[in-house]
Amino acid sequence: MVVATEAGLRDATVVASGGANRGVRRRRRRAGTNLAAYGLLAGGVLCFALFSWYPTVRAFLLAFQHTNFVGSSRWVGWANFHRLFADPEFVAAWRNSFEFTGVALVLGFGVPFVMAVVLNELRHLKTVFRLLVYLPVMIPPAVTAILWKWFYDPGNGIFNQALGFLHLPTSAWTNSTHTAIVSLVLVATWANLGGTTLIYLAALQNIPSELYEAAELDGANILQRVRHVTIPQTRYVMLLLLLLQIIATMQEFTTPFIMTGGGPQDATVTVLYLIYKYAFVYFDYGGACALSIMLFIFLGVFAALYLRLTRNSD
Amino acid sequence: MASGTLADRGVRSLASPMSLRSVRGRTVYWIVFGGMLIAFLIAFLFPIYWMITGAMKSTPELVSNPPTVVPHQWHPGNYATAWSEMDLGQYLTNTVVQAGGAWLLQIVLCTAAAYALSKLKPIFGQIILGGILATLMVPTQALVVPKYLTALDVPFVHANLLNSPLAVWLPAAANAFNLYLLKRFFDQIPNDLMESAGLDGAGPLRTLWYIVLPMARPVLGVVSIFAVVAVWQDFLWPLLVFTDGTKQPITVGVEQLAANLPLNVTLAALVLASAPLVAVFLVFQRHIIAGLSAGSIKG
Repeated sequence: MVVATEAGLRDATVVASGGANRGVRRRRRRAGTNLAAYGLLAGGVLCFALFSWYPTVRAFLLAFQHTNFVGSSRWVGWANFHRLFADPEFVAAWRNSFEFTGVALVLGFGVPFVMAVVLNELRHLKTVFRLLVYLPVMIPPAVTAILWKWFYDPGNGIFNQALGFLHLPTSAWTNSTHTAIVSLVLVATWANLGGTTLIYLAALQNIPSELYEAAELDGANILQRVRHVTIPQTRYVMLLLLLLQIIATMQEFTTPFIMTGGGPQDATVTVLYLIYKYAFVYFDYGGACALSIMLFIFLGVFAALYLRLTRNSD
Repeated sequence: MASGTLADRGVRSLASPMSLRSVRGRTVYWIVFGGMLIAFLIAFLFPIYWMITGAMKSTPELVSNPPTVVPHQWHPGNYATAWSEMDLGQYLTNTVVQAGGAWLLQIVLCTAAAYALSKLKPIFGQIILGGILATLMVPTQALVVPKYLTALDVPFVHANLLNSPLAVWLPAAANAFNLYLLKRFFDQIPNDLMESAGLDGAGPLRTLWYIVLPMARPVLGVVSIFAVVAVWQDFLWPLLVFTDGTKQPITVGVEQLAANLPLNVTLAALVLASAPLVAVFLVFQRHIIAGLSAGSIKG
């Protein structure tokens, strides 16, 4: 918006100082520029219109319609929502997604921070550490899920074999309703930790040395320096990553779809998984869209917060 | 001498240079360093090692308990079996076509649009930019169903994009994040430079091609990597739009075939499905890591 006024001001000054002749020429150039600009914009805008703007609007329309794509669709008011509320899987899906996001925050938020703080102190093999932590991020999530399904295998998997070797009690991992979510969060954390850690690391390197020196002169020990320098200095990045992580983990699909199929007993059906089931198992597109816009509105709050924070920092 | 290098390397952070010079400080440093290295190797490299070597074990060895850390007998032939029996060449080709086309379309359309919005500033440009930035708020996966219905029957032209790579290419081009990254870069190019090109008689397109694009090479590199990685890793969207097994990308293909194949062959397929991306990462790691730190926070 600032940009627009600047451009307007510049145009205005050019016209005012150059007189009428230059004004006409300027305006003709402007029309040509507009034409070129719209030519360049057309393809991109078309893609946004088709695959971003239109689906968003359509989700809100379909949520209040009954559609089977054979006959014409008809308006059904809140019926799709009522059907959802009556579905026991609906409650389970939200509960699972919240639990997933909550556990993922504990693991995926604290662990990378601690890792980044320690990595930032190390002065050898810096590149090796960065490569190692980011390696899992490069593995496609579907591959990670199939791989960990084998790791979690109660008999043949490395985890129970290792626990057995150490004479520790083994676990049912994804096969028990008690441990299924935590097991899936472990996979997601392993796969995504690298990105978070590296972003923290970049933020830590921007902390001015003087702050640590001053804290040290004041007699602060290492933990106090973390608390009074490191954490306040990275608070903004932490908040952004928190929001991004909530948005990402509330849309978890691939891991439960491949590893558990939503089971055992709906213990790992996430909201997105339920959207998938409504649309592609029950062919109830109205119900799927009703659930979609609930998730959309819920996550929209976090996305808006994120955008606000990043815009303000400019 | 050793203590000097330890304390003096780089800017100071949490640990004070003083403490790193003392014997005790150095001991703590090396213990922490060794501990981190071992923890990282076990946590991040070992699972991948386990996958690569598991693929080269015979079936009886793979199910033996306790497992063998290093395969007693190497069966690299499992990779060849996976390649031929699962028709991985076809799946990989599909992935390359989908990722390559998405990359090309995204680079061309996002660059053109970002340049137009940043430098040509057409009327209503701000409204279009607002509409594009608003899509950053849309949780992409949450709207997968209406997006699927659009691909099933594209408005106005009534085309069905299912099983066509266009179903991947077109939505990929609508990437507000990359477009905004490019626009911000173009914003930093001084207008004087553009105007002097204009005085030399260069039109907007020539200015874009000869002046702006050469300068934008680093940011285009970052956008390219993110574009390719996103398509390569995607699972839900290709699962929905590629119902024909011969059109599926490798992530979907491997998942669908995994249940019917011996474990070692499946593991070999997993390795082959990941290897190209990991290779890209190792080659471009510097750019990826730099781009990640710059892009995701300021985005």
